Amino acid sequence: MSERDLVHRLLGTSGDDPGCDGAFALLAEYVEGELGDGDVEILLPGVAEHLRNCPACREDYEGVAALAAGRVAGDDPYAEQ
Amino acid sequence: MLTRLHDLLLRAAHAEANRRSHLYPEIGGTELDDLCNQAADDAVVAVTRKLDGYRGASRFTTWAYGFVILEVSVKLRRHAWRQGRIPTADDDATWDRIAEERGSGLKRVEEADLLRALRRAVTHELTPRQKEVFVAVALNGVQIDVVADQLQSTRGAVYKVLHDARGKLRRRLEREGHLEPEGTR
Repeated sequence: MSERDLVHRLLGTSGDDPGCDGAFALLAEYVEGELGDGDVEILLPGVAEHLRNCPACREDYEGVAALAAGRVAGDDPYAEQ
Repeated sequence: MLTRLHDLLLRAAHAEANRRSHLYPEIGGTELDDLCNQAADDAVVAVTRKLDGYRGASRFTTWAYGFVILEVSVKLRRHAWRQGRIPTADDDATWDRIAEERGSGLKRVEEADLLRALRRAVTHELTPRQKEVFVAVALNGVQIDVVADQLQSTRGAVYKVLHDARGKLRRRLEREGHLEPEGTR
């Protein structure tokens, strides 16, 4: 990693970041948009920006995405409602 | 309805704890079961409190999963760090270690212009709270939830402090000509 890349990593990006609470409010839509092949980078750019900058929310996003995809939780008991 | 929701979220909590188990090998057995149960309990409370905020733009389960994942995430990190102290020292050892992350080449931070400028900016631009958060999270990789716990704050509030600190540092480095202004790279 170059010195410049390192500093950019430490400083994060400077786009329109809604913060943890703002991203959390739209996280389910973001996850489903991605599962449905929607272009979430265009539809929900603030969430995408935040997930690049916040490792804690990124990790949570990966957990929600895994559950929503049914990869770990099994059947969705609400799916038929 | 609430029992069904709790069952769903408890299964989700266990699945998430299992997904992260490699990060927290010291937590297991009854302790982990208790943590998942508490996460499911707290998530049910959060979901019912915030039900008005559910707009129907996603499946209800996906929306609800967010709450239990957040609870598991915060509880695991706090549990893992409960014996530790967060590193907040803006000292030579911290900056030398950061400099070494560049890999091969010059090792001492004194030899690295950009990093030296960043260190100066941290010293002169940030408030004590911003410095504390930036050093812990950005330089030492401490999880935001852990810092929030230690500062008796929330993830969102600590992230805001970090975001503002990064903005101040970036603007100073741009003013000094060390970084190109955003949009010109």
